Amino acid sequence: MKAYIRGIGQISPQQTFDKDDFLDTVVGYNTNMLFCIDPVYKEFINPLQLRRMSRTLRMGVTAAKICLTDSGIEMPDAVITGTGFGCIEDTEKFLLAMLNNNEQQLTPTAFMQSTHNTISGQVAIMLKCKEYNSTYVNRGFSFETALLDSLMLIAEGNAHKILLGGFDENSVNLHVTTERLGHWKKEKINSLQLLESKTSGTISGEGATFFMLTDKEDANNYALLKGLSTLYKPENEKEVEQHTIDFLKRNNLSVADIDLVVYGLNGDVRTDGVYYHLRDTMFNQTAGAYFKHLCGDYYTSSAFALWLSANVIKKQDVPEVVRLGKAPLGAVKNILIVNHYRDINYSFMLVSQC
Amino acid sequence: MSERIVITGLGIISAIGDNVQQNLASLRAKRSGIGQIKYLETIHKGNLPIAEVKHTDEELLQIAGLAEDTGYTRTALLGMIAAKEAFDNSGAKKGDGIRTALISATTVGGMGSTEKFYLDYINPEKTGDFVKYIDSHDCGDSAEKIADNLGIKDFITSINTACSSSANALMLGARLIKHGIVDRVVAGGVDGLTKFTINGFNTLMILDKEYCKPFDKNRTGLTLGEGSGFVVLESLEAAQKAGKQIYCELKGYANTCDAYHQTASSPEGTGAFLSMSSALALSGLKIEDIDYVNVHGTATQINDLSEGNAMMKFFGNNVPKFSSTKGYTGHTLGAAGGIEAVFSALSIHNNTIFPNLNFKDKMDEFDLVPVTDVLENAGVKNVLSNSFGFGGNNTSLIFSKA
Repeated sequence: MKAYIRGIGQISPQQTFDKDDFLDTVVGYNTNMLFCIDPVYKEFINPLQLRRMSRTLRMGVTAAKICLTDSGIEMPDAVITGTGFGCIEDTEKFLLAMLNNNEQQLTPTAFMQSTHNTISGQVAIMLKCKEYNSTYVNRGFSFETALLDSLMLIAEGNAHKILLGGFDENSVNLHVTTERLGHWKKEKINSLQLLESKTSGTISGEGATFFMLTDKEDANNYALLKGLSTLYKPENEKEVEQHTIDFLKRNNLSVADIDLVVYGLNGDVRTDGVYYHLRDTMFNQTAGAYFKHLCGDYYTSSAFALWLSANVIKKQDVPEVVRLGKAPLGAVKNILIVNHYRDINYSFMLVSQC
Repeated sequence: MSERIVITGLGIISAIGDNVQQNLASLRAKRSGIGQIKYLETIHKGNLPIAEVKHTDEELLQIAGLAEDTGYTRTALLGMIAAKEAFDNSGAKKGDGIRTALISATTVGGMGSTEKFYLDYINPEKTGDFVKYIDSHDCGDSAEKIADNLGIKDFITSINTACSSSANALMLGARLIKHGIVDRVVAGGVDGLTKFTINGFNTLMILDKEYCKPFDKNRTGLTLGEGSGFVVLESLEAAQKAGKQIYCELKGYANTCDAYHQTASSPEGTGAFLSMSSALALSGLKIEDIDYVNVHGTATQINDLSEGNAMMKFFGNNVPKFSSTKGYTGHTLGAAGGIEAVFSALSIHNNTIFPNLNFKDKMDEFDLVPVTDVLENAGVKNVLSNSFGFGGNNTSLIFSKA
């Protein structure tokens, strides 16, 4: 199963909505809590609609629109999204109103827009796209399942162009709540020095990324998405290593074929060890990159990694800010993305030159 | 890709029973699970009927065979109970080496616990036992707890396409097997009742103050329910080889989008028509082969109008026997497709059609009268099951006698 990436739209804590700015501008944060840089939304959505839209809905719909324009495809054959938490702002809004007003005087808008499939539904309404439409909501497998579903649809031959999205929204309340679980660093760090802290916890983030996947070759394609695999709760590093070897083998690649490994390092000393293990064993001759210092950690951050990898392949440029180590780097033909969410949801993606 | 997919295990817990046998007995006895609110703490107690599973969370913990509440939400417990029944019923054994997926669908996830403790969650000065529920808010929590309980590791995911969610879980499950990604799938859905859902639907003014009356002229809205329904999917070949009991085949499926409005179906039922016709095309059956339709039939003004119009357009003047079973279970949202898949399998397996409760007068817009009594020996070979949701998500499944 494979698909070409024809177009991309991404809104993130970096300037990524501008496709000409491939991390030329880099923004660091000192709050341990990252939020997206907003494009001028009214350039994408009419002001009447915009007023009623929550932040995540604006981000999602705009990222989808940027992606559609970038791809030159007006109507996809399917809309598939993945999100871990869904529409947090509207969920919190309705929940707080309900709790603070003892279940009285509630209005429906926040409830209507609180469901996880709001964005896939809104995008379909906007495009009048009556085809396949789904939303996956399983933590660090949310975007991965959406991608797998897209690849299966293309392999089944009934869909040729698929609008695939991954999004998650950060919020102060969400950060405060999950801080109790030890997810975030206690000391405030500069996000760009994420890997230097050597403490437990990471920084929270968010993003909305859409891809147009197609089965057609085209000079404008960014890259070829060649393979995807997930792994749930591995017992130890050895199991992750074996899974990586098997994954490459299934795709007829050897370690030597991989030019760059993109690691999901998030600066949490409790769970980063597995990435360093892979880097120091299998990939000790392979150049490395990382990305969560740019977008923070969230359930669908692997979509950011795919955005990064597709751009690296197309532009043949690995921005200095994502480089991990100094291994020499020539032409980048094959990229392996290895990511995990809290040592529970592991995913592996292969992104190659077309 | 030409592999045939069959159902070899069923599991359910709903307002009409804790397992398949109890549900079947209630369906046959026309015994509804709707009643006044007993277990959920809400100001709507006494005013709005709902279809609760008749157990406290502590009782559900016991039924699920768990010694201690380490952060199990009502949603997770209901899902664990139904999925375990389906898993056992199929003859599956923990660690039997068969590559297995768990696909669960839910719309509210752990909201039932979140809404109890949220004001404490967001106040950093508060501490207490409630902290154990924080990580169970998201939809993936229940799926992972179900998977861990059954020892499933090979593939896990959750779906939320609102009220069509668990029908999509079955559809994805069938496709995973056809693509050779796994060999067995435990697929279904679960939703526990919450204040969040009741108040949300209440603001939309689509809740009936009495028991819901699907496809009735005087219907005034839906009745919310809770529960979980799971099935085990395998290839026909694998099931036959292992000498498994086969309830039915999952012959057709389709997912389409109405693309009309965030929370309302188009009056003409465009998406519903598309999902029914695409599912039929995939099944290879002829339209007259459909013996019974388990309709989505929520009893809201707009759903029944939209779905009825779509059926008239699809079947013409030969609409087969149909019923909504939501008069029994209430609308169980993310669980509805799973629960109704179990009912559809039971229909075929027992050659019985279960009735549409609370129906009196047919709607003005079309000449459609649902089945209102239990029909035994009904000649049920092929069943169409519809699930439609917010966001315009429409999914139709076709189950056939294997």
